[in-house]
Amino acid sequence: MTNTLHRYGNSESFRDDYILFAIPCRGKNDDGAVEKLKTFLRICARHQPANMGNSSFGSYRPSSHLNPTSHWRRDYTQDFESVIDAVHRPGTVAAVFDAKDKAEAALREVIQADLGLSINMSTSVEGAQQCCQSTGITRHSVEYSLGFWDRHDHLPNSQVQELSTMCGHGMVSFNLAKKMLDMVREGRRTPDEAVLTLARFCPCGVYNPARAKRLLEEARTRQR
Amino acid sequence: MGAIYIDPAIQRATINYDECVECSTCYRGMSQEHLNPVMVRTVRRIAKFFRFRFEPEPDVCPTAAFVMEDLEWPRIVRRVFSDPLVEHKSTGIHGRGTEEVKTNDVAHRVGVGEAGYVIEFGRPGVGVRFREIQTVTMALARLNVAFEAKNPITHLMTNQATGELKPDLLNEKILSAIVEIKTAVERVPEVLEAVDEASRRIDTVLAVGVSTRCDERGEEKVLSALLDEHGYSHHRAKTNLGLGRVTNVAKAQEAPRDEHVASVR
Repeated sequence: MTNTLHRYGNSESFRDDYILFAIPCRGKNDDGAVEKLKTFLRICARHQPANMGNSSFGSYRPSSHLNPTSHWRRDYTQDFESVIDAVHRPGTVAAVFDAKDKAEAALREVIQADLGLSINMSTSVEGAQQCCQSTGITRHSVEYSLGFWDRHDHLPNSQVQELSTMCGHGMVSFNLAKKMLDMVREGRRTPDEAVLTLARFCPCGVYNPARAKRLLEEARTRQR
Repeated sequence: MGAIYIDPAIQRATINYDECVECSTCYRGMSQEHLNPVMVRTVRRIAKFFRFRFEPEPDVCPTAAFVMEDLEWPRIVRRVFSDPLVEHKSTGIHGRGTEEVKTNDVAHRVGVGEAGYVIEFGRPGVGVRFREIQTVTMALARLNVAFEAKNPITHLMTNQATGELKPDLLNEKILSAIVEIKTAVERVPEVLEAVDEASRRIDTVLAVGVSTRCDERGEEKVLSALLDEHGYSHHRAKTNLGLGRVTNVAKAQEAPRDEHVASVR
């Protein structure tokens, strides 16, 4: 899936959005891949990712057993260990970083670990090139996003799209993103609270809470 | 999708089954409280009567009202294409069921001088019916392009030469689906123009990606130049870093030689 490829925003807006993910190829390098995927995630966890996921859930998760007091005392902690432990079959695992130097540091360790899995980076073209140069990587292939083609005006405004499209599977709906923008503008939720509400809907853990928080802060005083 | 609404006749949340794409987000993404529904409705009605703002956590379903239903063909395809946790049996991949160039360093799907296209219908957040996808696959088939074999939409074609899909699926609505094709890189403008023209005849949105191999120095100057020349913005990308290799014992001996061996400098 292209769940990390298409995010709304210009190149500059991805300055705090660097996704690294590992994927085995079925029949080619999937034997023993589970332990390698866990190793990849453990490496990423050491470099302060903004989020991390294993294709089933991310480091922020919904809960099936809340009680009414949770409306005032919600658990906002990230749980990287559960994400790592729950990898039980070959699939895609990912980590998103809010700074280039963190992504580069994680990538250097991944290179050293020599896992043999395909490793990809999703960010601006320029950002990925800089990371490759600084870590000594020769790029193999590149897939450009040509953006969203909306010939019949179905899409909402740019701020809603920026927040919503960080879950490439479409699990963060336009309506929820718009609601969170409104709640932050009206002072009914803090950006931190709003971000985690959004991030809990992303099952693959590539939703970037750091970028979302910045976008919500910006949207408080400027509507586009 | 906006498939859930309050039906004014019965004053209850109702699902529009024609619009629902079976993505499971309402069931999986909402936290739950398991409160008594009568009590919850009473509190809401009192708040509404006094014009209190009722402001619970937006991602909590107080009564755990959502349940997953067993689906049958053809409706089951909605879930397969909309719920990222459901695996596509045809490819063995979750999400939209495609590997694209993510494993190109191992699988060599897109070679030197080739362009791979990922044309995703319904994304972001609008959804699409298979009938609309077929409009574009038929337009692409007329260009005599190769549909990727390991792709869920290709598996649903009754005729790859014409791009026709299974007729009983055509009215099913899904969150998104990806069509993958491959051509020589010189044909990129022609193919994108055809996609653009066909996209104007369907009532949804598209997310389009084009991929290619980098050269032996990790540079990519052919496809990006073509995109620039024809006015396609391409500032975001997914980059395969070339760290993958065949490691399964039986396959390692028969692995094809790569044209450009990309590695760590």
